[in-house]
Amino acid sequence: MASPRGKMPEWARVLVVALAAAGLPAVANAYQVDVLTNALLYAILALGLNLIVGLTGLLHLGYAAFFAIGAYTYGLLNVRLDVPFWLGCAPAMAMAGAAGVLLGAPALRVRGDYLAIVTLGFGEIVRISFTNLERWTGGPNGLLGIAHPIVWLPGRGVVDFGVSSVPYYYLSLAALGLTAAVCVRLCRSRVGRAWMAIREEELAASCAGVPVLQMKLLAQACGGAIAGLAGAIFAAKQGTITPDSFDFILSVMVLAMAVLGGLGRVQGAIIGAMILGTLPELLRGFDQYRMLLFGMSMVVIMRLRPQGLLGRTGNRAA
Amino acid sequence: MTPVQLFLQQLANGLTLGAIYALIALGYTMVYGVVQLINFAHGEVFVVGAYAALTVVLLLAPAALPWGLLLLLAMTGAMLACAAVGFAAERVAYRPIRSAPRLNALITAIGLSLFLQNALMLCYGATDRRFPSLVPPVRWDAGGVTITLMQVIVWTSSAVMMLGLQALVTRTKLGMAMRATAQHVRACALLGIPVNRIIAVTFMIGSALAATGGVLFGLHYGTINFHDGYMTGLKAFTAAVVGGIGNIPGAMLGGLVLGLLEGLAAGYGSAQWKNVIAFAVLVALLLFKPTGLLGERVSDRA
Repeated sequence: MASPRGKMPEWARVLVVALAAAGLPAVANAYQVDVLTNALLYAILALGLNLIVGLTGLLHLGYAAFFAIGAYTYGLLNVRLDVPFWLGCAPAMAMAGAAGVLLGAPALRVRGDYLAIVTLGFGEIVRISFTNLERWTGGPNGLLGIAHPIVWLPGRGVVDFGVSSVPYYYLSLAALGLTAAVCVRLCRSRVGRAWMAIREEELAASCAGVPVLQMKLLAQACGGAIAGLAGAIFAAKQGTITPDSFDFILSVMVLAMAVLGGLGRVQGAIIGAMILGTLPELLRGFDQYRMLLFGMSMVVIMRLRPQGLLGRTGNRAA
Repeated sequence: MTPVQLFLQQLANGLTLGAIYALIALGYTMVYGVVQLINFAHGEVFVVGAYAALTVVLLLAPAALPWGLLLLLAMTGAMLACAAVGFAAERVAYRPIRSAPRLNALITAIGLSLFLQNALMLCYGATDRRFPSLVPPVRWDAGGVTITLMQVIVWTSSAVMMLGLQALVTRTKLGMAMRATAQHVRACALLGIPVNRIIAVTFMIGSALAATGGVLFGLHYGTINFHDGYMTGLKAFTAAVVGGIGNIPGAMLGGLVLGLLEGLAAGYGSAQWKNVIAFAVLVALLLFKPTGLLGERVSDRA
């Protein structure tokens, strides 16, 4: 991806984007910051799913379940045990990652579209369980009263994040930066190469000594943990979570974001999430026609750029 | 009610639901068979069928036709409308990206499904629409088990559709061309089979079957909503995969299994947990029979 002004080093490009992103809340209004914060959370999810679908080539249609498990883990720890946000993040990630392994261990016996249906079933089971376990989760009315994060700032003492979206914007931006860095490192590591080898040709990979099952489980665990982190931030931001926020449509939208940007590419997932995350709001002027136009634009984008916005042609798993 | 009667009653209820799922699952599986595409917009096509039937019934209401004729006309109208939607979807959205990676077609399908859902909402409103109960409320008592005329109609019409489809696929030239296309598109094109036309016809037949499912769904539940395609479509897709996706008898079997599971889960477990029970059993089933009940081995590629 060459920039228009010739070659710019990678770190410089990242710095420019990060600075621009950090400056955005200064020029955007509260509503726009809120939309952008959600888009950042989507981007984290798209990155996590990208590890599973884009790199390892396992179709996953229940990704929202990991997001839900992260959100409910932090939510329940906070509401029942008063665990603060910063301590709740790790268990949220651990639970979601463990769910990935737990689902993955038996599910990886099935292949292709059958794997898709197992993950889809898993997503539905998790969502309906959170709805039905009313004693714990508040059922369809949701889990109420989740605390916002607090931080200690020099000179200002203890500050509550409160309800304004701006602190969450920076929190999500930092989390996205961290996730993206981890993903980039992973892609270039031995593990990332093993994942891609499995995607391209599982049999060949296993013959070359790649421990296929462990690697697939690791992909599920990493993807799950990343969604868990996004879930914890989401729960802290919303203050209230309902099972409806984690439905099949969310799984599918996150998948659409990863595919739209170009599967297997870190920048692709982020750009896809930014576009699909903000497009419904950009189309708000069209009022009730907006989701109609949103659906239509997805069809049109795929027709004009079938390999995704940043995808390379000939990427077999994409 | 004795335990045996209760069991038979749940069986009858489950069979009704299962027949409807099976009709929708057929469309998923047929399209998958010829182009290896999970047509997620299919759930919406099914709702289009229900609304089209509603429109026909409302338009013909002043004519005071006998209910059997009205049902037949509504069914025909729904099938034509859905076949048109299926044709348009294939021509406009799917055909141009047929050679693109498979997951991209999935995105197109999702976009299409959002489009159809919202188009329905704009045309018919976001609230539940009452579906006129065309079928007279006749019920029989068969040894303590209640069977309604409605259930009998669901069973017979879906059986007719499925047998008809099976005959079409196995006995006619068109069916042979469809099976050949499913085997190898390029080779068929070289042999002079009009592959594009065959694929379009497959979409149309699948959509028309979903339309009948939609009409029966409307009659069975009495209300329809533009949202209904989501859960029902999901379950029909599950049914198709459980039966072995791409396999036509498999889709019928999968639909019936899913309907029965749901009926029995609602009868013996709790209505609240019925979807969890149904999905859990399906996941377990796939773990022991990883290619579905009647399916063949598939590759791992997403």
